[in-house]
Amino acid sequence: MLIKVKKASDPKPSEIVNEDFYFNRRKFLTGAAALGGTALLPSLSSPAFAAKAKFKNVNKTPWGEGLKPTTFEAVTTYNNFYEFGTGKSDPSKNAHTLKTKPWTVEITGHAEKTGKFSSEDIIKPHQLEERIYRMRCVEAWSMVIPWVGVSLGSIIKQFQPTSKAKYVAFETLLDNVQMPSQKLPILTWPYVEGLRMDEAMHPLTIMAVGVFGQEMPNQNGALMRLVVPWKYGFKGIKSIVKISFVEKQPPSTWNVATPHEYGFYSNVNPEIDHPRWSQKRERPITGEGGLSALFTKKIETRMFNGYADEVASLYAGMDLKKYF
Amino acid sequence: MVIKRSRLILKPTVFIASLIPLGWLAFALWSDTVNATNYMTADPVQKLNRELGDWALIFIILTLALRPTAEVLKESEFVAYRSMIGLFTFFYAFLHVAIYVGIDLQFDVGEFIKDITKRNFIIVGMIAIVLLIPLAVTSTKGMIKRLGGRRWKKLHYLIYPIAILGAFHFFMMIRADFTRPSMYAGVIFILLAYRVWKHWQKSRPKKPAAPAA
Repeated sequence: MLIKVKKASDPKPSEIVNEDFYFNRRKFLTGAAALGGTALLPSLSSPAFAAKAKFKNVNKTPWGEGLKPTTFEAVTTYNNFYEFGTGKSDPSKNAHTLKTKPWTVEITGHAEKTGKFSSEDIIKPHQLEERIYRMRCVEAWSMVIPWVGVSLGSIIKQFQPTSKAKYVAFETLLDNVQMPSQKLPILTWPYVEGLRMDEAMHPLTIMAVGVFGQEMPNQNGALMRLVVPWKYGFKGIKSIVKISFVEKQPPSTWNVATPHEYGFYSNVNPEIDHPRWSQKRERPITGEGGLSALFTKKIETRMFNGYADEVASLYAGMDLKKYF
Repeated sequence: MVIKRSRLILKPTVFIASLIPLGWLAFALWSDTVNATNYMTADPVQKLNRELGDWALIFIILTLALRPTAEVLKESEFVAYRSMIGLFTFFYAFLHVAIYVGIDLQFDVGEFIKDITKRNFIIVGMIAIVLLIPLAVTSTKGMIKRLGGRRWKKLHYLIYPIAILGAFHFFMMIRADFTRPSMYAGVIFILLAYRVWKHWQKSRPKKPAAPAA
């Protein structure tokens, strides 16, 4: 039985899905399949779209129930994944060089179980869930993405971190053949990120392995990536190959690159201005391209991206201006 | 001169060619809307803004390149296109700002004021576009006469700081991967260095300089 408790993160009426969308999404997907490889939809015929398997046994969750997801095409062709280029459409064009099978993750640091594990060892013991989350990019646009993943907390418990483990650090694959833009000094490679242990254990935090019910497209961070819906998108480190349990706050790539612009916490916060972008409002990317996207009304950004009821207590008593 | 006689055909050709970027963007938006193509990405606001900014910088580079090209190729005809190309610089820069204010900010005056007082890259860009206005206004032959050639020329030296500000604006906007802004800045640097070099050559005395006292 599903008991529905009203949460602040529940969608507002304006965000509720209409039947039109599901109908159109089907139409779009079948249309895309029928057209596959034609010039009309060049992005869909690129190798990065090599068929990804559908998951079975994905548990539906109440998360994001009724939210209207951004289209599959937008989610998979509009990406920030600088390892494959800095343009938004670069990852979908270039990420086919990434090999995700097999995928190994190294677990290190203060935990009872450490070593190298296959992705199956890490994901299989846990229940796959669909979580439809809002994704707020620091560049002041947002999407709604139906992720498939497992709770990060349950993965962490599996490796039995010790009391010394105060933070969890993550690392992306370092391989400039598979990730060609790592040859360029765009950022310091590999991309690294971190969470405080209580953030990592929070039930909202997931290790995602797919979108729209299918395996993760390479450009979205295959094989596994972090999703922390109340933080700006760049905290969601992609293509993770290393997880470390550490005592001190680990470095995070954007914070290292520009410390006054990107903090370690990077919680979505409309009150704290970024030097480049006002964070008060955001442009929702629905997937409707062209003129309708051009004139989509901006929406107010919500504290903790609308997940304040669930996560605000994690930061009780903290000066969020200082720990931005 | 062959080129001069063909000015009647060349001028309209250059004019139409200068409109191609705008035509392409309009077509891409139309096609994305009607044919569900993905030329302008899922976020055409950002794409449109970047493209228009790019073209403003490309046209400022073209404007600055015409005189050196004329001098190097010893074909003064190139200089005849400076005002047109210069006006297209203003045209694309103006569209860039219009899209930013109207489409990106959706005419939010409060945000606009915050942007032009707090965000350095926007401040720099705004100074550049404001400085472009007097140049665009005085681009006609009548205005050259009214101002007098000397004063007009002095005023139009503004194009040099504008070009530098434009390149800076792009640099400051980028958060990683400075390849493109470096390319623009590099070309602008060469075009300005050429002028400094020319000026130095002209002002150099014909006789060897007197030894320092």
